[in-house]
Amino acid sequence: MRQAAKIFSLILGVLIISGYAFAEYGLNFPAPATDIGQEIYDVHMFTMIVSTILLLIIFTIIIYSLFKFRKSKGYEADQNFHKSWFGTWSWVMVPAMVLGVDFYIAGEAQGVLDKFWNAPKQNCAREGANKDHCFDMNVKTIGHQWWWEYEFPEQGVNFNGKFYPIKVESRALDKDQTSEELYLRDVDNQLVLPVDTTIRFLNTSVDVLHAWWVPELGFKRDSIPGYIMETWATIEKEGTYRGQCAELCGTWHAKMPIVVKAVSKADFEQWIEGEKAKLLAKLQEANSNKDWTKDELMTKGEQVYNTMCAGCHQVSGLGLGAAFPALKNSPVAMGPAAEHINMVLNGKNTMPAWKQLSDIDLAAVITYERNAWGNSASVVKPADIKAAR
Amino acid sequence: MSTTTMNATHSHDDHGPLKGWRRWLYSTNHKDIGTMYLIFALIMLFLGGASAMAIRAELMYPGLQLLDPDLYNNIVTNHALVMIFGAVMPAAAGLANWMIPLMIGAPDMALPRMNNLSFWILPAAALMLILSFVVPFFPGGGSQINTGWTLYPPLSLKVGMSMDFLIFTIHLLGVSSVLASINIIVTIFNMRAPGMTVWKMPMFVWAWLVTAFLLILIVPVLAGGVTMLLFDRHFGTSFFDAAGGGDPVLFQHLFWFFGHPEVYVLLLPSIGVLSQVIPAFSRKPLFGWNSMIGAMIFLASLGMVVWAHHQYTIGMSSAAVNYFMIGTILISIPVGLMKFNFIATMWRGSMTFETPMLFAISIVIMFVFGGLTGVMLAIVPADMQYHDSMFVVAHFHYVLLPGAVMALFAGVLYWLPKWTGNMYNEKLGKWFFWTSLIGFNGTFFVQHFLGLAGMPRRIVDYSIQFAEFNFISSISAFVYGLSHLIFLYLVITTIKGIGTTKAKPRSWEGAQGLEWEVESPAPFHTWEKAPKIDKEGHYVK
Repeated sequence: MRQAAKIFSLILGVLIISGYAFAEYGLNFPAPATDIGQEIYDVHMFTMIVSTILLLIIFTIIIYSLFKFRKSKGYEADQNFHKSWFGTWSWVMVPAMVLGVDFYIAGEAQGVLDKFWNAPKQNCAREGANKDHCFDMNVKTIGHQWWWEYEFPEQGVNFNGKFYPIKVESRALDKDQTSEELYLRDVDNQLVLPVDTTIRFLNTSVDVLHAWWVPELGFKRDSIPGYIMETWATIEKEGTYRGQCAELCGTWHAKMPIVVKAVSKADFEQWIEGEKAKLLAKLQEANSNKDWTKDELMTKGEQVYNTMCAGCHQVSGLGLGAAFPALKNSPVAMGPAAEHINMVLNGKNTMPAWKQLSDIDLAAVITYERNAWGNSASVVKPADIKAAR
Repeated sequence: MSTTTMNATHSHDDHGPLKGWRRWLYSTNHKDIGTMYLIFALIMLFLGGASAMAIRAELMYPGLQLLDPDLYNNIVTNHALVMIFGAVMPAAAGLANWMIPLMIGAPDMALPRMNNLSFWILPAAALMLILSFVVPFFPGGGSQINTGWTLYPPLSLKVGMSMDFLIFTIHLLGVSSVLASINIIVTIFNMRAPGMTVWKMPMFVWAWLVTAFLLILIVPVLAGGVTMLLFDRHFGTSFFDAAGGGDPVLFQHLFWFFGHPEVYVLLLPSIGVLSQVIPAFSRKPLFGWNSMIGAMIFLASLGMVVWAHHQYTIGMSSAAVNYFMIGTILISIPVGLMKFNFIATMWRGSMTFETPMLFAISIVIMFVFGGLTGVMLAIVPADMQYHDSMFVVAHFHYVLLPGAVMALFAGVLYWLPKWTGNMYNEKLGKWFFWTSLIGFNGTFFVQHFLGLAGMPRRIVDYSIQFAEFNFISSISAFVYGLSHLIFLYLVITTIKGIGTTKAKPRSWEGAQGLEWEVESPAPFHTWEKAPKIDKEGHYVK
């Protein structure tokens, strides 16, 4: 037995030391940024501790019996153990004990569940709204293959948050690297949200299932085409929180990061004004009837291509595998413009439809595809897109 | 009259197995069919294992090294399907074929020709499954299956023709499982030796009886679900397409109505194996006989009504999630009872630690651990974090590898002397046990931390912060994968009788049951004359 105790304490010691050693690698949930996230964290810790205690008890009993009841020690089996009172009644006692633990855990969980499961339905600004359970603003998160679109319905702001390429040693990738730390965790446009504001998230998808997950906010909800999911959060701490898509959504499931930047209310107002100004400028540009030159289209097209298309067709235009054909020297990119426009506008098989982009963006990107990487074909003007729609 | 009888007996005794390939293709013998099931399962295990190695090799470092994302997703899908439908279920069916007639004193399965059919459907299904994997690599083969084994629409509606291969694979596998289940139920109900009442049947037979009923109840639901998928893909129905008024979530309900009980289909035969192995090496009867049967039936019934805990994040009503949460936590009652009975069987026993017993003990501990993370996952608020993270991957591998795969290894090693007539090399067995134990825990234990820290599952590439644990996981996975070569070597040497000793009819000191009353190796025909069973359930010579 002494030897067993020695081994046991050794194992325990190794576990504790390795626990410290791995502390920096993220062994548990990241620190929650919302009240509900904290409560979820507490429920998680509670069940984990209960589970660990149960596991240790069972482990100890098994280890003890392994050393005690072995034939090599001359222990004779008790052939009537299963007929003792313990054997007769254990089928009642064990379930009763397990049921007790179950209800204890379920009771703890239910409180939190009831608190956060139903998202607030009323806007706080509305007269007669339930002040304890109302929202201050809405944010729509819309899943696309493979990026997130965000909409602020009250403010009229809408933008895309796309994967932002960062180089990693094992894969030479693209320009504009910031740091390796953020590999696969950075986006071009962050979702900026105000703190101390109850935000209702309306979650949906336009193509396949996705799931919007930022661990710090404490919840995850699937984005399902045809459904609008409601969840909510009140962020309490300013900071940058990173997450990613959690439901398998096809090829680039791994490349749908989410970055939430929580700022003060004043900063948020300032940011939203900036976004509005950007949208306005874009609108003016689209309606200006400007005659775009090839160079202008190429510059703009490269920008659009690298954010929208490079994920599959690659910055080099060489494509990836059978599903994502190369655009360099491709029959579509070098062929008649009408076919090329049709492909981009309406999609085909894995290729999604890009109708939602503006005429200018489409014209630019198609022109770029037709003239980059040594391709040479006709220039496509915004008017051509308008005609094709 | 007497001459006719004598002639009939004579000719019956005389016809041995056919020679050559006919013996296997035309076989109606439960032992030969059982052997074929087991060999088939072993081949599929190595195929599924190879895909697991490919997955871990890709995930060893951040970045895309070996596989492009679609191929990765294709392999992830294939790994699950091959392991579940190709390795675990056929292996369990192989044990059932071999052991149930031996254990209940029947000369063969009740429906031998159907037995032949239900096996020979499997290679055809396996071929279809492999085709679904390779077809995209041929010109015009369409895109790869990138949906995972859950086949969730709308993603699965967008996949190329390989998805159709997969749907038909599932139909074939379903037919095979239902036929095998019917055969097992009929055999157990009608072929028991006189005196072998249902309450005296070995626990392995009980476990398979419950499993067979469960299979018949759930497989048609999956078949219906994938058929609807097929119709959506080709015939313009919109069962699962929101644009046509359908509901993508409906498929998830159909899938998990099958998928969750399927976990118990994989698990229960193994519970049956452990119920044979642990008493044998503890040298005392199974503790809690009736409660074990009760727990299995309770587990199967409860398991059929908690499926939606796989879909907490689809946003059900709060009443629904409350129900599914509590129902799921209650699963711990039958499972707890089973594990308690196993521990109580060891308690005050006279244990020896041959390889099957080593597996059994480690299974009890690891399965308890997997079960407890299951309770954590059942908690809806906390599942908002765990869902679709690597924590889930770690959980179900902790449940399914010890709970199903390793228990099948324990069963194979336990009965291998009976099948081959040779005792396997115990030293090799111990090597296999320890390397696979260390490899397994090293692979999956660290994945809990990855999941908690925020790494989603089914991603081909991950952020730098997850690098260390993934590296540990991959290295351990290679150890775990390679350890199975020891098993392969062990099985081959035992069959060939290289470096082994002859097995006695009762190959293990504490082994109980009718299967140990026949010679080792078991003759081609056994129990042609039904054995007699006394009131205590013991064999009367």
